[in-house]
Amino acid sequence: MSARNAILKRLRERADGPLVAPECDFAVVTGRGWSPDERLARFERWITSVHGEVVHTTRDDWGDALARVLADKGVRRLALGREHPVAVEARLALANAEVELVDVDRDIEDWQQEQFERVDAGLTSVGGAIAETGSLWLWPTPDEPRLISLVPSIHVAVLDAETIEDTFFDVMERHDWARGMPTNALLISGPSKTADIEQTLAYGVHGPRELVVLVRHVDADTEESL
Amino acid sequence: MNAENQAFQPQPVQSYSPREFHRQAHDALGNPQIRGNFRKAMDGLMTKRRDSFEGWDLETLRELGANIRMRALAKLPDLLEQLETNCQANGIRVHWAEDGEEACRIIREICEAHDAKSVIKGKSMVSEEMHLNAHLEAAGIEALESDLGEYLVQLNEQTPSHIIMPAIHLNTDEISEILHEKTGTERTRDVDYMTAAARQQLRERFMAADVGVSGVNFAVAETGTLCLVENEGNGRMTTTVPPVHIAVTGIEKVVEHLRDVPPLYSLLTRSATGQHVTTYFNMINSPRKEGEYDGPKEVHLVLVDSGRSSIYQDNELLDTLRCIRCGACMNHCPVYTRVGGHAYGTTYPGPIGSILSPHMMGLEETRDLPTASSLCGACGEVCPVKIPIPDLLVRLRREAVGEGRGNVPGAGVKRTRKEAAAWKGFQWMATHPGVWRSGTAVVGKLKAMMPAKLGAWTEYRTAPKPAGRTLHALVKQHQADKPSVDTPDKEQR
Repeated sequence: MSARNAILKRLRERADGPLVAPECDFAVVTGRGWSPDERLARFERWITSVHGEVVHTTRDDWGDALARVLADKGVRRLALGREHPVAVEARLALANAEVELVDVDRDIEDWQQEQFERVDAGLTSVGGAIAETGSLWLWPTPDEPRLISLVPSIHVAVLDAETIEDTFFDVMERHDWARGMPTNALLISGPSKTADIEQTLAYGVHGPRELVVLVRHVDADTEESL
Repeated sequence: MNAENQAFQPQPVQSYSPREFHRQAHDALGNPQIRGNFRKAMDGLMTKRRDSFEGWDLETLRELGANIRMRALAKLPDLLEQLETNCQANGIRVHWAEDGEEACRIIREICEAHDAKSVIKGKSMVSEEMHLNAHLEAAGIEALESDLGEYLVQLNEQTPSHIIMPAIHLNTDEISEILHEKTGTERTRDVDYMTAAARQQLRERFMAADVGVSGVNFAVAETGTLCLVENEGNGRMTTTVPPVHIAVTGIEKVVEHLRDVPPLYSLLTRSATGQHVTTYFNMINSPRKEGEYDGPKEVHLVLVDSGRSSIYQDNELLDTLRCIRCGACMNHCPVYTRVGGHAYGTTYPGPIGSILSPHMMGLEETRDLPTASSLCGACGEVCPVKIPIPDLLVRLRREAVGEGRGNVPGAGVKRTRKEAAAWKGFQWMATHPGVWRSGTAVVGKLKAMMPAKLGAWTEYRTAPKPAGRTLHALVKQHQADKPSVDTPDKEQR
């Protein structure tokens, strides 16, 4: 008998008989009822507590904010997508900046060394964020592959303030993740870190050393005109 | 081959054995370095855990966590099949292994099929349990740990001393020395410098690795999703950079629904390190798809039994399989805190190891582990999925002396005729009041003849001295002196 069938047989023919599955009440992980302001405040408090940086900007002006962040951090080469509106707008905004834009729509095998050694930052959109834990959630796509939020030393993520939800459970349920998952889904809560050397926290161990979240707010003017 | 590479040549791992628990514990107790390192770390972890649950209805959350795990176990064979079906539909190849040896062979064969020479590993306790590194190295395949703690432990030719923080037994100076000796970095107390050095060393290895091997924290049957919890990013590197990813896990790690994951994740990070969340929660569903530019082209899942299906047979022992490997039980264990992880001589140390290892290694090997507890109850109290660890420790003590159901390999190994007869005699005496009274009265009279040495009992304790007058006699006297006080008032009761 194959290992598979032998294992399943033992589990099915359980000596002490069949088990009864208990009911599960998920109320404790949902129903926070936070206002948009509370959500934003919690998100910001948590993500900055683990060395994430938050830059508040607007839908209209975020390109300038991005350029400033990149200039401040001395980013010379930025990896980013091409199709996502975030990438499209970023490319426009950075057209005259002193930042070289690195295309990511090519097989990693062709530019692994370059990505590891000669890209200063990666820019991505996010699906949204989680207020309770200060987490971003990402479903990487061919346009924004998995490694650009991991390999470069700086990860710049663009988050719309109204897409922050209360809990991880809420995100999964509202966006019906169970119906179809992407190749890779991620929660990211701060830059990479370790405490393996005598419990001393150090940032930037294998992944990014810095995580900058550009939080885009709907402009007051735009809001009024809507 | 350069000097740096030579440091990673296979070396015999410093060996500890559960058979030597007493000696190892004794040595650790006399080692101020070990005592200090663990005391400091465990105190910090206990405080952080407590703080991280502030504002939570922890009991309700633990109840939910326990119920999710029990539901998964109740449906385990069906969920494993569902997981297999959904993983396969997603393009993940699923393998089954009866034991660690078979799992090692499966992984080695996948490596050989790709002509792999170099394997990079994310943290996986199951791979430690089956001694995967040694197996691969014997086949000429280099297996390099990438979790910083695991990397340090591997450089130092040791095994992890904690399931979450593998290098917790080492302090900053020791780590600085290890890195200096093995990789040529400067001696320093600067943690950022050491972290950056390891980052540099390991990035080279990620790029060069042929295969990435990781564990799994939760495997979701409903969607065929493999979830990995981590802070460093090495887990994401391991599962994204090399062309082949092999995930290896115990068959009990499956959960039914995707929605089961958030509560368990909340419990896991807070219980383990007192973090409200880890830096990364990595959910892997398939290999690189057509049109995608990165990620492994092949993903394998190896499901390992290794004694788990035998634990599954028994209603009481079953609770062991609820474990989500947070390590809170060891962080709160007064024994673990004093003797450290290596003294146990098993892959899983501390209370969870003491109730898990006997099933994997047999009670012959692990006979002392269920007794490595004062039964203070802390482990059961903090367990995020409410495993009654103290009860299970008692159950295994009973099994070891042949007083259980005989469901554990090596059951009865500690049974001696003398002890069994002594307890039988005691039982008979204690259930015959007349004999008890006359017996204890005689013992009271003969107390001067009580020996001062009573074998193992008096190794750490003074010998008990029978009282001159028995409790019965004292109570009788007391009642005679003050009859009214002890008369129960039936009306009030």
